[in-house]
Amino acid sequence: MNDSQRFTKTTFTQKKESREKWVKVLLFMVTLMMALPVILLVSFLVHKALPVLSLNFITDIPRDLMSAGGIWPAVLGTIYLVVLSLLVAAPVGVMAGIYLNEYAKDNWLTRIINLAVINLAGVPSIVHALFGLGAFVMFAGLGESVIAASLTLAVMTMPVVITSTREALSAVPMSFREASWNMGVSRWQTIRGVVLPNSISGILTGVILEVSRAAGETAPIMITGAAASITFRQGETVYYLLGEKFMALSYHLYYTSMGWKVPDKLPNPETGEMVPMTQAALEYAQAIPYGTAVVLLGVVLLFNSVSIAFRYYLRTHRKW
Amino acid sequence: MQLQRSKWKAFSEGLIEWTIRVSGISAVVFVFAIFIFVFWEGKGLLFSDDFSISELLTSEKWDPTHTPPSYGAARIILGTFSVAIVAMIITVPFSLGGAVFISEFCGPRLKEILKVVIELLAAIPSVVWGFIGLKITSVYMKELGADAGVSLLNGAIILALMSMPIIVSISEDALNAVPDSYREAAIGLGVTKWQMVYRVLLPGAKNGLLAAVLLGMGRVVGETMAVLMATGNADNNPFSSDAPFLDLLVSVKTMTATIAKEMGDTVNGGDHYQVLFLLGVLLFSITFIVNLTAHLVIHGVKRK
Repeated sequence: MNDSQRFTKTTFTQKKESREKWVKVLLFMVTLMMALPVILLVSFLVHKALPVLSLNFITDIPRDLMSAGGIWPAVLGTIYLVVLSLLVAAPVGVMAGIYLNEYAKDNWLTRIINLAVINLAGVPSIVHALFGLGAFVMFAGLGESVIAASLTLAVMTMPVVITSTREALSAVPMSFREASWNMGVSRWQTIRGVVLPNSISGILTGVILEVSRAAGETAPIMITGAAASITFRQGETVYYLLGEKFMALSYHLYYTSMGWKVPDKLPNPETGEMVPMTQAALEYAQAIPYGTAVVLLGVVLLFNSVSIAFRYYLRTHRKW
Repeated sequence: MQLQRSKWKAFSEGLIEWTIRVSGISAVVFVFAIFIFVFWEGKGLLFSDDFSISELLTSEKWDPTHTPPSYGAARIILGTFSVAIVAMIITVPFSLGGAVFISEFCGPRLKEILKVVIELLAAIPSVVWGFIGLKITSVYMKELGADAGVSLLNGAIILALMSMPIIVSISEDALNAVPDSYREAAIGLGVTKWQMVYRVLLPGAKNGLLAAVLLGMGRVVGETMAVLMATGNADNNPFSSDAPFLDLLVSVKTMTATIAKEMGDTVNGGDHYQVLFLLGVLLFSITFIVNLTAHLVIHGVKRK
């Protein structure tokens, strides 16, 4: 005789267990319902972008009133933004993280700083844009430019660096520091010689996240210097001066999907006569916003995946 | 043997430590600077005679390019909150359900995968969400019979998808923070997992879950590009129509979208420019309060 024959489940238990089963299925469906639409939407984007997706799309300049060619000036603008904002946000953010984890005592000032970091992360991006416009474009006299937009992005993305630096530093065991202090080493030397080398990869994951964030933001740059289109000639090297307006991937996506319409007719290169676009050219032109969206998404997800992979590597290769 | 460190070394170390301290308080400086600069650019209008703050908050007439202009942001504020609240109504059940599933019901492998997926979803830029709202979901809305594809509901759906990752991850942290001994005590009494979740975990993590919803709300209210592209940005009042309570299929304006859309057409320092900065001050204050409340809910008013 086995157990199930000896003990019959009461109706109460049966009800309880069947409810458990249903809840489990329901919650699984709910979870699936969150992830599935997004995956479908993104694959739809990629599908619509197929006519333009090629390496040439990334490295070519826009041609024929932006209805042909690629998006290189926008890609380059995004690279400018990312690098310049990183140059400011990474050092200040990392040092702020070091201060909060290594120097700050548990007092009112630290509490205020913590609150400020949380709020800085929660300030809407358009308010950061207004700040950039007021502080960098107008007050500092930088004008609508790459540098003003990058500084705005730097302020906006700094909390990402601060938070992940703190996390990385606090993962280093206290005993490491104590051992170093007991040898008569000063506080900063301990940080430089012991704490930072043991947490540098954790700090880097935060920096990579900052890059992904800076590349994707649109609102802060749209009123601090992003331009809808800048004309470059064929064969000309594309570059921006720090005080100039610029194109960027995120703003390009906004512009090509909201303000811009595919032109009906294009001037013939030889005669200058206006001729209607061919079907293939039209299809290509209509796919350009989708292509831009896919490139932007690709860049952002790539950086995030690198950051995640890095974190997994760290977790499995911990030294303590 | 040299025991004393050189003067230069001591000096440079002092310098580095001071730089670190200054960087440490930079976050505070930035938060104040943001408020001051945004307020400063808008203050001229705020204190001028032909402008009243009550008109800004209660009048429904937003016509900044007309002469004389009228700056009534009531519809814009209503639009902001109705989009945000509808988005939260859609997303909260899914997000909390998802958080409970990830935290309690799935195996460790699936858990890791889902967490990575959620993290990647959180990384999708808002302009891409806006693009999806503009070109994909709005088309389906129209096919299903809505007059305008881009509408309050369309924007709310996009915002719901967008705010889901942040709510899930904070809720999951909150559920994780409930001590395992609570779970063990409940299981030891012979309850099922769902009973444990329902009777022990949800009450235990209620502050954290509330904070997650608040932070999601703050995110949604402050979101710019997605609403700008997905709600159509037309000056309508979602409450004054034939629909019983709230007309979901009407296109609305939000504060963020209004600032983003109209700032490019203003004259620097002009009245229209200033009123947009005042909207910015309002937006900053709202999100500041929401974030502060969420923080206090998590950590308690006095942390001991």
